[in-house]
Order: sequence, then structure tokens, then C-alpha cells
Amino acid sequence: MSLELVKWIKSKKGQQTLIIFMFTLIPLLLLFVFTYLPFAEMVKFSFMKLKYTTPAENREFVGLKNYIDVFSRDDCFSALKLSLYYIVGALIQLALALYLATILSFKVRLGNIYKGMIFFPYLISGIAIGFIFKFFYTRGFVFDTILGWCGFDLENLPYWLKDQSINNWSLVATSIWRYFGQNMVLFLGAIMSIDPTLYESAALDGANRWHQFLHIILPGIKPVLTLNLILSVTGSLSAFEQPFVITGGSNGTGTYFVIMNTIAHTTQKVGLASAMAVVLLVIIMVCTAFQKMIMNQLFPNDELIIKRAKLRAVREHKRRLTSNNSVRFNRR
Amino acid sequence: MSTVNYYGFRTPPVDTQKRRSHIYEVIWKIVQYVSLTFFSLFSVVPIVSCVITAFKTDEEYQRTNVMSLPENPLNFRNFIKAFVTADMGRAFLNSVIVMLCVLFISVVIGTQLAFILNRFKFKGNKLIRNLFLVASILPAVAMQVTVYNIMSSLGLVNHLYGYILMMCGTDVISIYIFIQFIENIPVSLDESAIIDGANYWVVYWKVILPLLKPAIVTSCILKGVAVYNEYYCANLYLMDKKLHTMATSLYTFVGPMGSQYNLICAGVIISLLPALIVFIFCQKQIYSGITEGAVKE
Repeated sequence: MSLELVKWIKSKKGQQTLIIFMFTLIPLLLLFVFTYLPFAEMVKFSFMKLKYTTPAENREFVGLKNYIDVFSRDDCFSALKLSLYYIVGALIQLALALYLATILSFKVRLGNIYKGMIFFPYLISGIAIGFIFKFFYTRGFVFDTILGWCGFDLENLPYWLKDQSINNWSLVATSIWRYFGQNMVLFLGAIMSIDPTLYESAALDGANRWHQFLHIILPGIKPVLTLNLILSVTGSLSAFEQPFVITGGSNGTGTYFVIMNTIAHTTQKVGLASAMAVVLLVIIMVCTAFQKMIMNQLFPNDELIIKRAKLRAVREHKRRLTSNNSVRFNRR
Repeated sequence: MSTVNYYGFRTPPVDTQKRRSHIYEVIWKIVQYVSLTFFSLFSVVPIVSCVITAFKTDEEYQRTNVMSLPENPLNFRNFIKAFVTADMGRAFLNSVIVMLCVLFISVVIGTQLAFILNRFKFKGNKLIRNLFLVASILPAVAMQVTVYNIMSSLGLVNHLYGYILMMCGTDVISIYIFIQFIENIPVSLDESAIIDGANYWVVYWKVILPLLKPAIVTSCILKGVAVYNEYYCANLYLMDKKLHTMATSLYTFVGPMGSQYNLICAGVIISLLPALIVFIFCQKQIYSGITEGAVKE
């Protein structure tokens, strides 16, 4: 018996099974413990009334009550309305990123310094951003001072984080500030992977920059752009960080997840919070399925296109690294 | 159209077409530089205002406008005080430990899993891929509602290793990066190694892993940034003050110190210095990491 086992292990099939088992065990275990087990628990909890401290035998089954609450309480489902702010913000962010990426893709002096300054906020931790912008928006502090230099009167300026008519826009602006540099780098990478000879032939045909943008750059990065446009919808539905670290969700800035977080960890209504999470997860999954369909409709083999574009980007990038990073094709 | 100029010489005919394109060129340059300057300022001003404030004494901070320059630009007292109050030396050490462990573990298990998923056909291959794909859609904050429960029942709360494990467990993007890269490593390399008598472990260790180096750099950068800046879970699972990471050490300033912005700004600047230094030295790798990492989300 054991001899047969040894033989099996030494065979090709046995070797394969062994290595598959060895190499997938830990990642699958981690995935199970930290993703699927919590997911199952979440679904279970969403039908119960409990706190984190409630012992297992005292958890009370309440049926669909939590789900009914999610839709009937006026602080839960209606918080999804705030996502609209973040969707608009995401659109502005993508437009800005595309604009700046296009500018930087043409020859610019000190281009790398501009790029670095615009990109850097992406590397700051969320909590630090919270402090920076609480400070930035405080009455009479940085933002008010700058507006004062531009001729605005302090008396007429709103309280950026308290005034309900403006505070969500303040938070959205923070989100744009944080991510538009990252999007710019992303688009720039895609633009750089476009075949440079296209520009030369376009220039010979007398195309100006706008034409180049419209007919070469835009089609060249369409898959990446569409993907990001679509992703911004789910991103906006699950907006969390900016309101969480800057206002803590006060004064009508509590997005869906901020409110869910408060319900879970402050008031400890774990059942209700789980139901909220499940509802949004279902919405996000439906959105993701839609996104996949849209992408497949627009770009039947988008994965292939993206992969090819990426490979080109990598190659281009390496070429640049090796050629003493001075090569920058001039597109005039 | 030739004209006679001031000195009575004939100037050559002006090509109006050329002149117009020259004007466009100038306008374009102006638009280019004005937009870039404006948005660079937009990005930098909030940080610069923090730097300015961090150099002010308490009295000076009360008295002067936040945007006026500090009287003594070498006043590092706030930095020292913030560093000591928030115990940032220890926090930095914790952050480094967490980061090194998470990067090491996720590179090892990520490359191994990618190797298996790409090189072997077996029942469940597709299923495993889909499990990871679905996991990448689930927003982390939502999952924490119940992950918290599981962490505490496993006794992983308030231990660095618990947090490290959790950070490895929620890692999906680097696996995708590795799978993408392995696809471009020709299978013939594996086969010739096997013909030479190598077993699968040797193929992974001697053939695949060295060739994956660029992908490892990419994933370490993306993951490293994410782990260094992670504060939500760290705050939830590392409540003990001794276990604070660089990001959560900033929570020290919430509460009674909440309005001493000269101190807070100093803390914020200290916390982002390591990121700034790494950024200055590895710009190229970070940019290419972003470009490669974000495409497959």
C-alpha cells in the first residue's frame, strides 16, 4: 500500500497533484477565512438581531426585519443618493485626468515634475488626508485665505464642511484631488503605448492637435477609458473614505457605507449593518454584471486589446528606461 | 506681399499660414503650461500649507494667518513633539514589520497560485479563478462587518500577526498581475527544464520566479503603498497603542489635541515622508506599477 503511494507520488500525475495541492492550499484557506466565511456570516447575521458581544446562543432570529429596515429607515437606503455627487466627481476626475494626460503626452518642459506633483496625493494615507483637509477647509484657514487672495470676501464664503449645500462637493473635491493624478498616470501609460508612427503620418496629413486627440489618442485609449468610466459607478456607490476621515458623516455627508460603518461599530446593530452590506453587495454585483455586458458589447475582445496595449506599454516603458530616459518622441 | 521696413530694406514675404500656425503654437504652449501649473498647485497647496504650519510655534500659530510663512523656518520642535507624542518611532517599526511580512507572504503565495492556475489544467482551475474574481468585487469596508467577528473568535485581534494574516488574505490584485506575467513566459522553458530532470518545484523556483521579477516589483509597489497607508483595519484590529502603525499613530491627535494643527501637521508630514522619499527614488517603477496594476481590475 505505502509502496504504491510512493510510486504514485513519484509519477507525473502524483507530482502534479502534490504541487497543485501544496501551492493552492494556503491562498485558498486565506480566501475562505477572510472573504467567503465572512460573506456567509454576513448573510446569516442579516436575518438576526445581535451585537458583537452577544454570545451565539442569544442571537435572535428576526426574519426579514433588517431588510425591511434598510429600505424604510430614512438614514439607510436613502444615503445612496449621495452617490450621485461622487459619480459627478468621478466624471470630472476622469475628464481632468484625460486632459492632463493628453497635455503631458506632448513635449513639455519639466513634464516629470508636473506629473510627480499631480500624482503624489495618491501616495498619502487616508487618515493623513483627513487631517490635511479638515485643516484646509477650516473657517479662515487655507482655502478661505486663498479665496481671499483671489478677492472673495470671507463673510460671503460658506462653511465648507458644515454647510449642507456645499459640504458634499467639498468632500468630492478631496476625492478628485486624491485620485486624478493616479488616473492621469494610467491614461498617460495608455497614450504612450499608441504607435508613435500614427502621429507622424497624421502630422504629414496636416492634422492638428485636436484632430490627433480625436482620431488617434481617444480611440487608442477607449477600452481603458470606458473601463474606468464604468468602474466609477460602483466606486461611487461604495464611496467611504473621504466622508469617513474628514467629517465622520456629520451634517448630511454620511454615505451609505459610512452609515453602515457607524451602525456596525458604534451602535453595534450588526444585523442591520449586515443587511445593509448584503443589499449593496447585490447592487454592486448586478452593476458589475452589467458592466461586463457593456464592455463585451463595445469591445468584443477587450481583454485581448487591453493586454496587447499593456504589453506595448511595458515594452515602450522598458525601452525608455534603457535609453537613458531622454527619448521622448516629439509629435509636432 | 513684401514690405519695406524702417531701415528701407525689403523684408521677405510673410507666410501668413506659417504665422498663424506659429500663433496657435504659442497659445497651445500657454494653455499647456497654465493648466499644468494650476493643477500642480491644486495638488501641492494643501500639503504645503501643512508644511508651513508645522514650523510654527503655538503662539505664532494662534497669531498669524495659516498661509503666512513661519518666522523661524528651522523650528523642528513640533516635529519632535509629534514624533514623541504619537510614538512614531515604534509606529514606523510596526509599519515596516507589517509591510515586509505582507509583501513576502503575498509574493510567495501569489506567485505559487498564479503558477498553478496558469500551468496546470485541472478540475477547479476555473472555479478558483472565479472565486478570486468575485472576491475582488466585494468592497473591503462591507466585509469588515463580519471579518471583525471572525478575527476576534480566532484570537487575532490586537496581534500584529493577526493583522498581517488578514492583509494577506484580502489580496487579489497581485495574483492577477502574476497570472498576466506568467502567461507571457513560454511554456517551452518549463518543458526543457523538466526534460533536464527538474521537478515542478524546481521549475517554479529556478525558472518561473526569476522571470517574474518585474511583476514582483510591480505588485510590491502597489501592495506596499496600500499596506503602508492602510488605516481602517489597522485601527479596528490593532487597538493597543504599542501596535499602532504609521497611519494609525495619527489617531493620537484626534480628540483633545484636535485643534493644535501645528502639531498635527507635523505628524502628518512625518507620516508621509517615507512615501515621499520612496516616490522620489522609484518614480518610474511606481508609474509603471500603476499602469500595469490598474488595467486588469
